[in-house]
Amino acid sequence: KVNCVQFNEEATIIVSGSIDSTVRCWDCRSRRPDPVQVLDEAKDGVSSVKVSDHEILSGSVDGRVRRYDLRAGQLYSDYVGSPITSVCFSKDGQCALAASLDSTLRLLDKETGELLGEYTGHRSTAYRLDCVLSEQDTHVGSASEDGNVYFWDLVEGSLALSLAVGRGVVQSLSFHPTLPCLLAATEGRVQLWREETFQPE
Amino acid sequence: AAESSDSDEEDLVSYGTALQPLQEGERIKKPVPLQEQTVKDAKGRYQRFHGAFTGGFSAGYFNTVGTKEGWTPSAFVSSRQKRADRTVLGPEDFMDEEDLSEFGIAPKDITTTDDFASKAKDKIKEKARQIAGVVAAIPGTTAFDDLIGPSKITIGVELLRKMGWKEGQGVGPRVKRKPRRQKPDPAVKVYGCALPPGLSEGSEDEEDEYQPENVTFAPKDVMPVDLTPKENVHGLGYKGLDPSQALFGASGREHLNLFAGGSEDTSNLLGDLRHSKGRKLGITGQAFGVGALEEEDDDIYATETLSKYDTVLKDEEPGDGLYGWTAPKQYRSKKRSEREVKYIGKILDGFSLASKSSTPSKIYQPPDLPRNYRPVHYFRPVIAAGNESYHLQKALEESTGKLECDTTQQSRHALNASQRRERLGETGLKGPAPSVLEYLSEKDRERLKEVKQASEQQMKAKMLPQQSRNSRFQPASTDDASHKWQMLLGGQLANAGSSDFKPFARNPEKQKRYESFVKSLKQGEKDTLEHYLDPSMTEWERGREQEEFFRAAMFYKSSNSTLSSRFTRAKYEDDVDKVEVPRDQENDIDDKETAVKMKMFGKLTRDKFEWHPEKLLCKRFNVPDPYPDSSIVGLPKVKRDKYSVFNFLTLSEPTTSVTPATNEKIQQNNSSNKPKKPSRWDVSDKEKEKKDSISEFISLARSKVDAQQQPSVPATEECGTGPSDTLPTEVTNEDKDQEEESRPSMDLFKAIFASSSDEKSSSSEEESDEEQQPTTSVIDSETTKQVDLPDSSLSNVQENMPATTDPDISLLPASKQELSATEEFGPKLPPAFSSGRFCRLHRKEKHRRNREKHKTKREHKHKKEKKKKHKKQKNKGKHKNKKSEKDSSSDTEDSSDSLSDIDTTGLSPKELLRR
Repeated sequence: KVNCVQFNEEATIIVSGSIDSTVRCWDCRSRRPDPVQVLDEAKDGVSSVKVSDHEILSGSVDGRVRRYDLRAGQLYSDYVGSPITSVCFSKDGQCALAASLDSTLRLLDKETGELLGEYTGHRSTAYRLDCVLSEQDTHVGSASEDGNVYFWDLVEGSLALSLAVGRGVVQSLSFHPTLPCLLAATEGRVQLWREETFQPE
Repeated sequence: AAESSDSDEEDLVSYGTALQPLQEGERIKKPVPLQEQTVKDAKGRYQRFHGAFTGGFSAGYFNTVGTKEGWTPSAFVSSRQKRADRTVLGPEDFMDEEDLSEFGIAPKDITTTDDFASKAKDKIKEKARQIAGVVAAIPGTTAFDDLIGPSKITIGVELLRKMGWKEGQGVGPRVKRKPRRQKPDPAVKVYGCALPPGLSEGSEDEEDEYQPENVTFAPKDVMPVDLTPKENVHGLGYKGLDPSQALFGASGREHLNLFAGGSEDTSNLLGDLRHSKGRKLGITGQAFGVGALEEEDDDIYATETLSKYDTVLKDEEPGDGLYGWTAPKQYRSKKRSEREVKYIGKILDGFSLASKSSTPSKIYQPPDLPRNYRPVHYFRPVIAAGNESYHLQKALEESTGKLECDTTQQSRHALNASQRRERLGETGLKGPAPSVLEYLSEKDRERLKEVKQASEQQMKAKMLPQQSRNSRFQPASTDDASHKWQMLLGGQLANAGSSDFKPFARNPEKQKRYESFVKSLKQGEKDTLEHYLDPSMTEWERGREQEEFFRAAMFYKSSNSTLSSRFTRAKYEDDVDKVEVPRDQENDIDDKETAVKMKMFGKLTRDKFEWHPEKLLCKRFNVPDPYPDSSIVGLPKVKRDKYSVFNFLTLSEPTTSVTPATNEKIQQNNSSNKPKKPSRWDVSDKEKEKKDSISEFISLARSKVDAQQQPSVPATEECGTGPSDTLPTEVTNEDKDQEEESRPSMDLFKAIFASSSDEKSSSSEEESDEEQQPTTSVIDSETTKQVDLPDSSLSNVQENMPATTDPDISLLPASKQELSATEEFGPKLPPAFSSGRFCRLHRKEKHRRNREKHKTKREHKHKKEKKKKHKKQKNKGKHKNKKSEKDSSSDTEDSSDSLSDIDTTGLSPKELLRR
């Protein structure tokens, strides 16, 4: 059972995280049926995977955020404690955001593993909910089980916005990489959110 | 190289003369052709082997005269005073040296003269003379030589003659000769060698003569046995053609009869036959053998006589022709026995043939095998004396059924002590107390009993819990457990595939036992299990091993079964001998959790490993390979021996298969019923706080259970609804235990940081980072060691707090009441997680914890201290090292760093942690 998939930058590798506690890297160039590499360090299902230009970030139910640095040949494993539901890189590549089932988002320093910020207020206890960083790394966003999407100020950690998307659980969330534009999925629908001033062409 | 060749030559043994080493540019000499090769004698003379008188090629001096100087005429000087001797020249004077040498014509060596030469030599000479006489121009002349020649009579013959002996007579007293019958009776059998024909003939001739009464004769001469060795190269039995017969046969004294013994007509007949074949002169003797052109090459040395042929058609043995060879058996057998007697051979004097044949030796039939006999010996488990063990035995028999009837039929020798005692009606000996119950205090036992009864009432329907409790408190009753195990395993093992899983490879015998055990399990045999265990082991050992086997089988099974798809642990099970273990393992989460609680992210929560990405992956990511030389992919692994199953139970700390949905339900239904695993989806902060108490409890329970040979199995099975349910929980439970064990103690943690924080803040961070790495590896290795000796470590724990454990355990069954309610929810709760009894425990623990939070923690640490003795010692060693360094005031960096901070060690580790 695959939880998450992700292309790398050049779309030559598909990285998948699955419930069998492995992250698998599949080659897109060849038709090889078996993965290029299996990262089986996780002790529990892998809930989330993100890929940067030279890193693979995986969050696992065993409560760890693992960052495989291909360039340095290192594996950094940060213990968060609670099962990780979602991880994501910051745009500047300095931080990693990890959402966990204790209804907390944690911003970790990628290099040292130190905690840079904690964001609470939403509810995330059972579902695999997504977290996002805004296009400028100014805000941290997360889906919630109460039907809202929450945004926090990244630096201050204060709740900036609670966006009522629906009544059910907001199951997926995605932020536009360059534009202030948000995609949210809830109750079988996908919603696209833009700022008020936005004028469609 | 040259030196070595020299030394080689010294060692070599060489034969013959080496060829002259070839000079550079020298041409190889042409070998001398064979015809030009000449032979020289000892004096260098060519082609000279013999003297002139013995046919030498050269005589004298190179075929000239006597010496090199030539022939010197002998001077003849004779005067009146001195007359010259008339020298008579003998033949020797004209002979060469070779003629006088050993092989010459006149050897000078001492030889036996004719007088003393052996008779055989004479015979040969005689023969030669005879032949010569025959061949000579005037035949028969040699006969006169005999007459004329000097008689050479040996002294023995001379003496005999003086005593009245004459040649041709035998030696001995004269005897009266009995008149013989004219014809030898055909019925008389002649045994042994037939007499020489000539002799017998002679005797017959003599017999024909007139034999007066009272005349004695000398005994017949004895033909001496011919002992002449075979010197020629003729075939055995070959006799050269006698020239006297062959040449003069036709006109000679006797007629030449090549077919000796044949009658006239037959010889003619055969002779005609031969002639028709183109044979000349009828000289077809053995002397000529068989020519190449002749067809007959059968027995060429056989003398063919007509007597070999039957000439008359008649019954050879009268009375025997009635039946022929197809005679009835009885007749034939009777006949044969008689004939046997006939052919026995020469009957010795004083012996006579037995009239009755001896009775044949009686052959006894082998005993009939009992119907239930099995030709395979198996060892009955030796069960020590004791009441319980007897019951156990009974139970065993009942369970097997077949065994029972066996035992009833068995003789008294087959009974064991307890059975005999039972029959005799004696009371059992008070042996070593087999039950843990007896070690417990009265009060505890009472309580246990109460609990037992209560639970029995509730769990009437369920038999398993009862059994499990029995097995928990009775170490001897392993078979109860075993049957359960079999129930669990039987079905799954049935479809188990390969058996290359060798958890006991270290101990081949044990491995063998294990394999046979698994096989029997697969075949669904229930009772055979005990037979595979070593009979020489004690009951305790056997129980333990059985447990181990089950565990191993279970573990292997669990990874292979369909259930295994739900598990993450399938990493190492198929390795044969060694397990690949990640070199670095993530630190145990316990101290991390505390760090997380304190929001001390960073170093405490971070593990850093060397990780080798696949080359292709690097390529696809456009990243240079960080380890271009290494062939490793992933985390570097270390090979470790697979000592035991337990060893690699620790290696992976897999998590369970509980789906979020079920867990959610658990949470909703029973908020207090929290799974203890921190890696659950639904772990809350509270849960984390409880973690310590849980693990503590588990360790206690485990120690308890371990001492009773029933580790953690009963606990899971009590709530289990079926094998499929209990299996995962069993595994996870175990895992937890392992985790518990492998968790580094808090004081280790503190020790690391305390020591480093003593130092300057700037260096301390680096130091701690450095120190943490080695220690983690130490922990890893230590954990595996600990697993090997779980008893020792656990017993320490048990010693520490027996008082607390017992009540805890006794509470368990009672808490099941609550459980039964909660169990209804959701799909198949893994019992270990849904168990309400844990909840109770936790609460209790929590209370205590709240009361004396710090105290318990310290206590906990204290326990751990004991558990991790090695580790602590190592740490202590570290400290000591440092101290000693300080004392010696050596100039190493460490000491200089730490020197300044000796006084500031007053900081409590707690504070340091909080920092």
